[in-house]
Amino acid sequence: MIRFTVNGERLETDISPTTPLLWFLRDNLSMTGTKFGCGMALCGACTVLVNGEPVRACSMPISAMAGKRVVTIEEIGKTPVGKKVQDAWIAEDVVQCGYCQSGQIMSATALLTKNKAPTDTEIDAAMSGNICRCGTYNRVRAAIKTAAASGSAASAPATKAARKAKASS
Amino acid sequence: MKNSTQNPMENLMENRNAKSNAARRGFFKSSAGLASVVAFQLGLNSTGAWAVAGVPGANDGAAAKNPQRINPFIKISADNRITLVVGQSEMGQGISTGLAMVLADELGADWSTVGWEQAPNDLAFALPGGIQSTGGSGSQRRLMPLYRRGAASAREMLVAAAAKQWNVNAKLCRVENSFVLFGDKKSSFGALAEAAAKQPVPNEPPLKDRSAFNIIGTSPKRFDVPAKTNGSAEYGIDVKIPGMKIAMVARPPVFGAQVASFDATAAKKIKGVTNVVEIAAGVAVVADNTWAAMKGREQLNIKWKENAADKVSTASIREQFIAASKAPGIKVREVGNAAEVIGKSANIIEAVYETPYLAHATMEPMNCTAWVQMGVKTRGQAAAQEDRCDVWTGTQSPSISENSAVAASGLTKHQVHIHTKFLGGGFGRRSELDFVAEAVELSKQLNAPVKIIWTREDDMRHDFYRPMTYNVFKAALDDKGMPSAWAHRIVGSSILARRAPQNIKNGLDGSSTEGASTLPYDVPNFLCELATVNTHVPVGFWRSVGSSQNAFITEGFVDELAHLAKRDPFEYRRDLMAKHPRQRAVLELAAEKANWSKSAPVGRFRGIAFAECFGGFVAQVVEVSVNAGNLKVHKVVCAADVGLAVHPEIVKAQMQSAIVTGLDAARYGRITIENGAVVQSNFHDYPVSRIGDIPAIEVYLTGNDAAPGGVGEPGTPPLAPALCNAIFAATGKRIRSLPLSQVDLTKA
Repeated sequence: MIRFTVNGERLETDISPTTPLLWFLRDNLSMTGTKFGCGMALCGACTVLVNGEPVRACSMPISAMAGKRVVTIEEIGKTPVGKKVQDAWIAEDVVQCGYCQSGQIMSATALLTKNKAPTDTEIDAAMSGNICRCGTYNRVRAAIKTAAASGSAASAPATKAARKAKASS
Repeated sequence: MKNSTQNPMENLMENRNAKSNAARRGFFKSSAGLASVVAFQLGLNSTGAWAVAGVPGANDGAAAKNPQRINPFIKISADNRITLVVGQSEMGQGISTGLAMVLADELGADWSTVGWEQAPNDLAFALPGGIQSTGGSGSQRRLMPLYRRGAASAREMLVAAAAKQWNVNAKLCRVENSFVLFGDKKSSFGALAEAAAKQPVPNEPPLKDRSAFNIIGTSPKRFDVPAKTNGSAEYGIDVKIPGMKIAMVARPPVFGAQVASFDATAAKKIKGVTNVVEIAAGVAVVADNTWAAMKGREQLNIKWKENAADKVSTASIREQFIAASKAPGIKVREVGNAAEVIGKSANIIEAVYETPYLAHATMEPMNCTAWVQMGVKTRGQAAAQEDRCDVWTGTQSPSISENSAVAASGLTKHQVHIHTKFLGGGFGRRSELDFVAEAVELSKQLNAPVKIIWTREDDMRHDFYRPMTYNVFKAALDDKGMPSAWAHRIVGSSILARRAPQNIKNGLDGSSTEGASTLPYDVPNFLCELATVNTHVPVGFWRSVGSSQNAFITEGFVDELAHLAKRDPFEYRRDLMAKHPRQRAVLELAAEKANWSKSAPVGRFRGIAFAECFGGFVAQVVEVSVNAGNLKVHKVVCAADVGLAVHPEIVKAQMQSAIVTGLDAARYGRITIENGAVVQSNFHDYPVSRIGDIPAIEVYLTGNDAAPGGVGEPGTPPLAPALCNAIFAATGKRIRSLPLSQVDLTKA
């Protein structure tokens, strides 16, 4: 029996321990917001947060989830950063077909949770695992910056100023 | 210009026109309530049968509750919320919002209270020509008149109902923001809807003057975005039907190979596997869940019959193409006598250009859910029973899916119900019927609802690829350096031979030659020839179709002529476009916005290209640097004339998207064949652009006074040639074969 939490709910399962988290979410929990794209952790469409870290659910066996906290796209809007990211995605009209966007939003939320004002290089690094075949990348970047800027009005400029000071020192 | 291939999916089914016309005669009276019956029978929530986008709240795109249906396009609820029904497929191009805007504007609706609903398969929504299909960048271009007429008709019926109620002249009533007004009288569409539905259907409802548009030409928020940011948007792969099985199909490695024998013993031992069934596509492993289907498929032991194509490779196909290129092809277009002029000229140039097979690689792999049911009790008719086939999938063409389901189920069109879901990318791949046919066939065998899911490997190895081509160019320049003769021989495979053979005229598949046979450049002696060599590799429509490869080769070759003539490549093209003011204006706008007349920043180099595709005109300037063979694409400036832009921001987004598609293909895209089978399998060996690859992209629109042109595809063709022309400017290396990942840029 594997016990863990998904979106704050405790659950236990005895399904085949090799079953990827992706299919457990989609088939067993009917949470279809997390998408299947490649099955090899190459495209990022299945990105979820496990203990706050972005993880490719297609390649993560359910057995590795014991004792972990999983957050998916269905609930990410209930976190302050996740909500900001979703709002920025809407403000910047990021989405086209939308199939990759659950994963993009999860990766962006993980990034902004750790780094309140990422540089372009940091955005590239954090988002390089998420493929978008509609080519929405520039809007993904813009939305991450919008979400970062929508943080507490006092802290964002201070962070920027601090970064600038550090860069010039 | 492109004749039959302008809309390659038309006339795919020869006998559709009669049915279509019949459907149109009953235009506003057909197809009532089919989907709601389905929803009732299957016990689904609303999103199960209809792709209802959005989340609760104002103007979220959500459909109205219990609305009165005025006609197939318009439903209005008592609280004055309006549901706009769109028959085109939403694959990211924003058509659900775009056609809803057309309906709302012509209806006189308050945009803040409208929503949209995905139509079922219903010829009321068909293209001129009789099929309901999304492709060829044709939705606004070809359907705006139909949707305007549908909304205008509903508006006239609402006005007639108000006029009757008030006993006033309908012609003196006004419509504003979902209300009908006369003097100090005012009634909402919602209050009038029931009476309006009973009004006679007007024959030729008057259409608004274009100057009166107040929604078309603005850029409201798309309906489909909120649901696509919180996981609630439902794609084909997300469909869940009570009692549904999941299946994976082991497909032949070599296209068209047949099963000789298979042993399912080990597969059936996997917990959750319930059936192993041979179908036309291969061997289906049916299970209670996806993982069991996947693991079961791995355990199959299949022997495939030997196949004539077992030894075919990209190299052997290329040899066939080269052999074919030695003989004259069929003349596609001829002006003057190019061969004679080239034979006599002292200043001639020859070049060979090649393009590879490309996969579509939509983010959502192919999938389809089907349920063939015999003898279902129907709602409301106690003793009645019917046979029916329901299909849930992301399809670009409900009509083609319907035909496929009819063939696979043995039922009639009226018994087939296509539920179009959001498409996780289309790009032409979802205009095919293979994924529908196999799911219907399997459901019928199982007598149960079943969803077939393709893995990425299935998707990449069983695609309908953009055709590989081999091209021989010859041209002569006159004493001023302008081309006096142009001869181009295309060798490639025919898409229409499989998709629409009746559209091949005199042996010519226009989809092979579009973007090459007619150019905006005036050359006094011009010849374009086509030699078709069909192989066992299936080829299909790929975003911008023939123009996607033909712009690369023709615009590369034009650049070569400019270089030979020692002319600026922008000015050379501009001079050749003297008689094509619309095209020239686009080219000039791109050059102006890219500061073409000024030097690029140090170390950076620019290339330019123009292409016309599906009624859209696009020029792009690409700025690159190449250091020690490493290519960096810094910037793309794009000018586009797509005629009237219904939603300018969506048009810009589509140009950005099409540019990235062009970039993916130019840099990385390559499908190769070995031993009859596709070599590539997933994103590690079929790489695509990632966020760090993406240049700054600027888009400028012009030509808004003209009728709507194509939007979703025309931005792709110019990217590859503009990029390769920039690389030439940077390195002196002329790129005549793609992708760039196969080219050593350290050597000129």
